[in-house]
Amino acid sequence: MANDLFNSFMTGPDEKGRFGDFGGRFVSETLMPLILELEEQYEHAKTDETFWAEMHDLWTHYVGRPSPLYYAERLTEHLGGAKIYLKRDELNHTGAHKINNVLGQIILARRMGKTRIIAETGAGQHGVATATVCAKFGLKCVVYMGAHDVERQAPNVFRMRLLGAEVVAVTSGRGTLKDAMNDALRDWVTNVRDTFYCIGTVAGPHPYPAMVRDFQAIIGKETKEQMHTAEGRLPDTLIAAIGGGSNAMGLFYPFLDDKDVNIIGVEAGGKGVNAKMEHCASLTGGRPGVLHGNRTYLLQDDVGQILEGFSISAGLDYPGIGPEHAWLHDIGRAQYVAITDVEALEAFQLSCALEGIIPALEPSHALAHVMKIAPELPKDHLLVMNMCGRGDKDIFTVAKHLGFDMSS
Amino acid sequence: MSRIDAKFAQLRGEGKKAFVAYVMAGDPDYETGLEIVKGLPGAGVDIIELGMPFTDPMADGTTIQLAGQRALEAGQDLEKTLQYARELRKTDDTTPIVMMGYYNPIYSRGVDTFLTDAKAAGIDGLIIVDLPPEEDDELCIPAQKMGLNFIRLATPTTDNKRLPTVLQNTSGFVYYVSVTGITGTAEAQAGDVGPEVARIKSQTDLPVIVGFGIKTPDAAEGIAKIADGAVVGSAIVEKIGAGESVSEVLAFVKTLADGTHRG
Repeated sequence: MANDLFNSFMTGPDEKGRFGDFGGRFVSETLMPLILELEEQYEHAKTDETFWAEMHDLWTHYVGRPSPLYYAERLTEHLGGAKIYLKRDELNHTGAHKINNVLGQIILARRMGKTRIIAETGAGQHGVATATVCAKFGLKCVVYMGAHDVERQAPNVFRMRLLGAEVVAVTSGRGTLKDAMNDALRDWVTNVRDTFYCIGTVAGPHPYPAMVRDFQAIIGKETKEQMHTAEGRLPDTLIAAIGGGSNAMGLFYPFLDDKDVNIIGVEAGGKGVNAKMEHCASLTGGRPGVLHGNRTYLLQDDVGQILEGFSISAGLDYPGIGPEHAWLHDIGRAQYVAITDVEALEAFQLSCALEGIIPALEPSHALAHVMKIAPELPKDHLLVMNMCGRGDKDIFTVAKHLGFDMSS
Repeated sequence: MSRIDAKFAQLRGEGKKAFVAYVMAGDPDYETGLEIVKGLPGAGVDIIELGMPFTDPMADGTTIQLAGQRALEAGQDLEKTLQYARELRKTDDTTPIVMMGYYNPIYSRGVDTFLTDAKAAGIDGLIIVDLPPEEDDELCIPAQKMGLNFIRLATPTTDNKRLPTVLQNTSGFVYYVSVTGITGTAEAQAGDVGPEVARIKSQTDLPVIVGFGIKTPDAAEGIAKIADGAVVGSAIVEKIGAGESVSEVLAFVKTLADGTHRG
């Protein structure tokens, strides 16, 4: 099937950076020459063995890849249905999948002669990963973070500062992840000659969605091999959480042409998708629009003004989603669902209690959906969930919601 | 001949350079903003750039971001911005109106609907910051077919190899962004800008107007000496944001227009 190019889901984007109608290059003229240069560099790197040799060396010795594919026995027994495997990307250096992509972009930035790296961050995981790799290579690093997120993710702010990054608390707009991305783009347009923008998810102007996907696809490639070793066949269902959608795209992409593999993305339903947009479920509750360089599903009002998302998880708190997900949604290759804050908190606690894994709030959303569907599935149904981040950063938020006083 | 072409022909005849003023539609509120816009031609403004407020203005500095927020909070939307043009056209059929902003509110309304409405309202041109030549099929080509000018931004990063791509589907005039950066921050230096304007003019017959970073009558005069006109936005918007009266704002605009017309 994978060799049948006419029916392949893996050939995108096209030369205009489109996945179907989604994606594209909606940026100001100042950035356009740099975007084109980046595309050229990336196209070259993609087939350059020395580039991938450097990536694999760092993935192995600096990040700790491959991450294990772990059979969650007690979770499986508890739910009483599908056999549940967790892809342990929370065991990576810096505690999440984000570093997979950051390494690729920083190696490219070095090849392009850029000396200053900027990044946006929500939960702080991408900011920490970027600050980490910049420290390793001696590059100047500036991280834009919404003022509200700076407050609720204080441990990650401190980590970034320890790693030598400058953290800019963004107060423009409403001071959230989308505003952090606006300010990062403003910085980039001002300092375009020496600065590289390291985007943390599969969104933004072409080539970012494709490039970030390709760097994260190591997750799915490893999963395929590991599942083959463990069970001698493909998994039946893949589940991953989605803010912008990089961990999900990384897991899903190598399986897109394995048409018997069921693919499910889990968006942040906040207080509930029907409740006055108090959620971040762009696919479930938004419609197509253009923001941050690409066309995709967005949370917006009926005259095209962008709305704020809402989620307990700062990493999912974004009003858009990667354009490839928008396309997979429209053509029906992947299914997208929403999980509420309350359901995610329940899953968070279950993972701690049954598996001894404190998950980040982002994959807790994915786990909550596993809890919903696994009991109904047969025992020989192989289900893989991407445990894309660890929960150390979230314990303060969770404590607050569970009524535990951390100051005592 | 479009209103923009006619305006430049008239200015050439008078030996004058064009003064382009940017204001955010609906800032600080619908009525006050409309009064300011209606007063612009009388204050010496040759072309009006009407900002369309957007929640995420990625190419704008703080001054214009805040103007957009004020306008949105006061209830401004694309329909009301088109209404500004309809109101102005009741008394003025010669001053070109160019709408400037971001693509999503237009995309949300529907490109064909928007273009029909804009043309009927008396809009002459569009400057859409997040639509580079690579996305011309979205709005640029349909707009030209409708008889609206699509005005492109050229920037210091637009090198000679890329310039023909940028100029290809541009009409009305070329807007040269004098600094790499966002609106209303760095000062434009006439010494740096002159050679760049000459470089663009060597590849097009269109007028070249310079904007971003022009804040004073003297700066406008300096730019007008080396280009076909000057745009001032943030410096005017700042006065509106500071709560100055309509007559104070228009008096300031007149000093900028006079500066440009001396150049």
